[in-house]
Amino acid sequence: MGAQLRAVRRRIRSVQSTAKITRAQELIASSRIIRAQQRLHAAAPYARELTRAVEAVVSLSENINHPLTRPVENPRRAAVVILTSDRGFCGGFNANLLREAQRLRGLLSERGLDSVSYVAGRKGITWHRFRQLDIAAEWSGFSDMPRQANAADVTRTLLEAYRQPADQGGVDEINIVYTEFVSMLTQRPVVRRLLPLEIRETAEVPPSGPLPSYDFEPSPEDVLNALLPWYVESRLFHALLESAASEIAARRRAMKSATDNANELVEQLSREANKARQAEITQEISEIVGGANALAEAIRE
Amino acid sequence: MTLNVELVQPEGELWAGNAELVIARTLDGEVGLLTNHAPIIGILYEGSLIQIRPESPGQPAVVAAVSGGFLSMANNRVSILARDAVLGADVNTTETQALLDRTLQDQPAPPGPEEPPDVRYYRALLAAADQTR
Repeated sequence: MGAQLRAVRRRIRSVQSTAKITRAQELIASSRIIRAQQRLHAAAPYARELTRAVEAVVSLSENINHPLTRPVENPRRAAVVILTSDRGFCGGFNANLLREAQRLRGLLSERGLDSVSYVAGRKGITWHRFRQLDIAAEWSGFSDMPRQANAADVTRTLLEAYRQPADQGGVDEINIVYTEFVSMLTQRPVVRRLLPLEIRETAEVPPSGPLPSYDFEPSPEDVLNALLPWYVESRLFHALLESAASEIAARRRAMKSATDNANELVEQLSREANKARQAEITQEISEIVGGANALAEAIRE
Repeated sequence: MTLNVELVQPEGELWAGNAELVIARTLDGEVGLLTNHAPIIGILYEGSLIQIRPESPGQPAVVAAVSGGFLSMANNRVSILARDAVLGADVNTTETQALLDRTLQDQPAPPGPEEPPDVRYYRALLAAADQTR
C-alpha cells in the first residue's frame, strides 16, 4: 500500500471518530433541550404571580420610595452580570455574549460609569482571567442546570453590593447580560437592567384583569420589602433558565454542523483514497505489463 | 363555589386543586381562607404549615411546610408562593430529624418564636409529615 493511501485512510478514521463524538454530543443536547424548556415553563407560574403581587402593592400605594426602585443620583459604578456557560462546544454562544458585554461596558463608560464584573460560568471566568480583567464575584457549575438556590446565591451577593454606597465598593445599578431563548434556532444575547427596578405608570388594564383592592398583612410597606428581593431573584432565575436553554440549543446546533462537516470531509477523503488506490493499481498493472513485455522480449532474443 | 388553590415554588408547581378551606400563618397570625374572602396578600411566617382542606369531606387534608414566601387571594383563587416547600407526604422524616438535631447541637436555642428560621422550618416539615400520616 502506498504512503499516500495510508495517510488518507488514517485521516478518514480520525475524522470518523470526531464525527462519532460530535454526533453523541448532538444527541445528548437534543434530549436535554426538552428538559431545559420544561424547566423554563415550570418556573413561569411563580414569576407570574409574584409580578402580579408586586404590581398590586405598587399600584395601591401612594408613593413608592424603596431603595430597590430609587435610582441613585449621579451613579458612578455599575455592575455587569454576565451569564456564560461552563463548557465549550456550543458555537458562538459565549463569544457573542461576551461581545455584548463589552459593548455594554463601552456604553457605561460613555455615561461616565465604572463597570464591575460579576461572572457566572467557567468560560466567562477564564475569558476575564486571560485578559486580566477584575471580577468582583464569580460562580460556576450550574450553567446548564441552574437551581433556585443558585439564583438565591447570586442575588444575595448582588443585593449586598447594591446596598453599599459606590465609594465603599458598592454599585449604583445592576445590568445583566444573558442569552435569550427565542426559539430552537435563534438565541440572542440581551442586556437587561436588574436594579434599580423601573416603575412605569400605565393606564392599561393588566391582561389578567383589573387588580382587586387587596388587604396587606402585615402592611403594604412590609409586603413590598419582602417581595422586591424575591422579585429580583425571580428575574435572575428566569435569566439563568433562559441562558441554560440557549446554551444547550446552541450546543446542539454547533454539534450538528460539526457532524455534518465531518461527514462531508469523510466523503471527500474517501474519494481521494479511492483515487489514490486506483492510481496505485494502474501503476502496478502497467509495471506488470511492462515487466512481462520486457521478459517476453528477453526470451525471444 | 370552591377555592382554586395553587401551591407553587420558583422551580415549579407543587400542588394545585380545589379546596374548601386554606389555613396559613402570616406574619400577623393565622388566617383561614374560605370562599369569598376579601382579596389579601400576606407574607408567610418562616417555617410554618399550610393546610388545604379538600371540598369533599372524605379526603384527607393536604399539609405542606413552607420556609417562607407569601400568599395572595382574589376572586376565589388562592396562590401560595413558597420559597421552599415540601408536602407532608414527601418529607423524609429521618433525614429532617437528623438535620434538626445537628442544627440544634451547633446552635442551641430555646423552642419558640426565638428559634432561627431553619430550625422552625425543620420542625414544620416534621409536623407536616406527622399530620399527613
